[in-house]
Amino acid sequence: MVLSDTYSDARRTLVERPAVVLLGLVIGYLLVDLAAKLAGTTVDVAGVQLLGGSTAVSQVARYVLDGLIVGLVIGLAGVGLSMTYSILSFANFAHGDYITTGAFSGWFAAYLVAFVTLNVDAPFGNVFLVNAPSLVSVVNAPLAVLIGLVASGVLTVAVVLFLDRIVYKPMRDKGGIPLLIASIGVALALRYAIVFVFGTGTRGVTETGSIPSVDIPVVDGYVPLNAHEVTLIVAAVSLMFGVHFLLQRTKLGKAMRAMADNKDLAQVTGIPTERVVRTTWIIGGGLAGIAGFLIVLERGTLNYNIGWRLLLLIFSGVILGGIGSVYGAIGGGIVIGIASRLSLVWIPSDFARVVAFAVMILVLLYRPSGLFGGVKTA
Amino acid sequence: MSLGDRAWAAVPAYFKANDVRLVAGLLLGTYVLYGVSSAFLAAVNNASMANAVINEIASITFLIAVYALLALALNLHWGYTGLFNIGIAGFMAVGVYAMSILAASPTASPPGLGLPVPVAVVGALLITAVVGGLAALPALQLDADYLAIVTVGLSEIIRLVLNASYFAGTVTDPEASGYNVVDVFGITFGTGGGQGISTPSSGPARAIYETETGLTPIGEVVYGAADAAGVGTSVVTDGTYALVLLLGFVTAYYVLLSRIGNSPFGRVLKAIREDELVARSLGKDTRLFKIKVFMVGCALMGLGGILWQGSYGYVNPNTFRPIVTFYIFTALIVGGAGSNTGSVVGGAVFAAFLLEGPRQVAGLVTAVSQLLFGSLPSAPNFYAAMVSLDPLTWLGYLVDSVAYLKFVFLGAVLVYLMQNRPDGIMGHRKETAASVDLSDRTVRGNGGESDE
Repeated sequence: MVLSDTYSDARRTLVERPAVVLLGLVIGYLLVDLAAKLAGTTVDVAGVQLLGGSTAVSQVARYVLDGLIVGLVIGLAGVGLSMTYSILSFANFAHGDYITTGAFSGWFAAYLVAFVTLNVDAPFGNVFLVNAPSLVSVVNAPLAVLIGLVASGVLTVAVVLFLDRIVYKPMRDKGGIPLLIASIGVALALRYAIVFVFGTGTRGVTETGSIPSVDIPVVDGYVPLNAHEVTLIVAAVSLMFGVHFLLQRTKLGKAMRAMADNKDLAQVTGIPTERVVRTTWIIGGGLAGIAGFLIVLERGTLNYNIGWRLLLLIFSGVILGGIGSVYGAIGGGIVIGIASRLSLVWIPSDFARVVAFAVMILVLLYRPSGLFGGVKTA
Repeated sequence: MSLGDRAWAAVPAYFKANDVRLVAGLLLGTYVLYGVSSAFLAAVNNASMANAVINEIASITFLIAVYALLALALNLHWGYTGLFNIGIAGFMAVGVYAMSILAASPTASPPGLGLPVPVAVVGALLITAVVGGLAALPALQLDADYLAIVTVGLSEIIRLVLNASYFAGTVTDPEASGYNVVDVFGITFGTGGGQGISTPSSGPARAIYETETGLTPIGEVVYGAADAAGVGTSVVTDGTYALVLLLGFVTAYYVLLSRIGNSPFGRVLKAIREDELVARSLGKDTRLFKIKVFMVGCALMGLGGILWQGSYGYVNPNTFRPIVTFYIFTALIVGGAGSNTGSVVGGAVFAAFLLEGPRQVAGLVTAVSQLLFGSLPSAPNFYAAMVSLDPLTWLGYLVDSVAYLKFVFLGAVLVYLMQNRPDGIMGHRKETAASVDLSDRTVRGNGGESDE
């Protein structure tokens, strides 16, 4: 009975959604090909290499780890985007610049702390503008990193709440498109206000010489993992669990889930909507800011475009996971991160972002409710 | 009364009488402002006044024309049909690159197809239309904000693909390891990758005045007159090109879009904007209309891109970042989506005041303070300016950073418009989906019974 249901479901999909089937075939082919490449075998049909080749297992493991790290950042930042999308009903194009805000405010704070705790030669002006090269690492200044992490969250929340007060609050009921356009205005103003203070230069901020790194042995090689990457993974994962507990265990979390599911019903039930909105901004903005700090910690470089360049990837992740779902945003972000890195097995690195955007467009076209089937925040 | 209403009320009735007068009056006002300001700057800097004024007016005319063209093209999508397309930069890139590749010589690096330029332009428009048709497929089933994300994603995909060295065509030796010429059935071409690509012509208007061997009869007269007035020849050709764009192409776009807007086809587009379900219920296959309007609009965006970025002789993928799209959207929003006159007015106001205005004001501030206090002290960075505790240094830093503050200003204008005047300057002129004037309530006397 159940089996025949599944069978007829599959048949319906086959007939009604040929594109989905095609996509499934492509993904299936790529997975088989990856397996063949890892095994180092090739399958030739009539002299044409059909699949296979050889790729080192350790290389693929590196891609996956890199992708996981980027994906955690995308997922962390995506939580806020997804929440504002479902609770305030608009696509916030300024979210990327909240990440930039977090990156700059966090590293500004970390540099100030490092100036006090470390023996810094650079003049104070350079430290103030985060221009002194490569000062901080988790080893030489753990306190600076910790304070930077907190400051990135706190200052970004302050900026986000201020922007909500002057920009979005007066136009709560204006509909998705005016809010979207206003958010593009906010993105521009915020990004270039940061440029006005800190300039357009790309600066190296992490001290990389002394950070410990372990080589994890994999079948035919090793995957390096350094302390900054570990910090990122630990911080991101614990924050994600924090959000999970907040949403599931607190009354406010329940109110937020209710409002994301059905705003009118939530209002009728007496949920204080403005308070929920404010909490949404606090959580979303704080996570975006911390994500910005962490990605800079891992990459080592900081510039004013960092958030904007991540924004479309975050949208991809959020859409992949299903808009409005916090867990979807996290999962989707990780999938997008890994997919964009793993795609390097087949295509040149110029196209890694192309793959992520293409995945986003395909998901929007064929499964707008997201991979995880539109499961809401519950 | 909002700021916009007050500004509108201050416009003399003569200019409000018809659209040509309105646009001409706006241009005239802009030219007077820019003429006076650049004449003043030239006087302060001891430069040739005629050259400076004409150069400034030519460059502002060019910007007004290209933003008006693209705002008009976008108006077809957003203003008429309600399709939130924010991939304009991508379609411009397709137009410019298609033209450049079709027109480039097969022996050049990157190689092209070697077609004559007019054929290449037509080919580029067809290619842009096809790409636009493909981009329309998501538009068939997505809400406005999803479509926004898809189109901006698509425009980034286009830019990244053009930027990739994989298709660059810069290594033409098939034996070399980095061989990257695209070879489709023996037709070879390349995009130039991150290095960019040469467009067929720099200074397209030069052909009016110059030939390979010397000057044309018109050229002798005009160059002679310009020389007597102290105006450089490049200023003359740039000014001519800008004038051709403004008087020729903007007018042509305007006429074409007005005709589309008033045709039965256009009324269906407006019906889709108002309520797609109703349009479908009335038996219109709205999907077909959306595909068609995407093809036409994207071809117009491609042509706008060709006329703008294709006129410098060289272009690279980073010219087509999403910021360009936001510029054009701002222009349309400022003017008022849904009205062609609004698009032109928006293009002019945006280019003259939002885009170039801050730079001009900064130039004036520098010049005035030079007269008053000698040259402004300049600070190398924000910290140095801040700790100097000197208002003049602060002013100097503000003037130096005007290229960035411009964006802050632009963002603030966008937010202000969305909060207070989402319909733009000419928002009241949004065309309705009806073929008759809905505000006309005169009762026709002939036929029918009276109430008594």
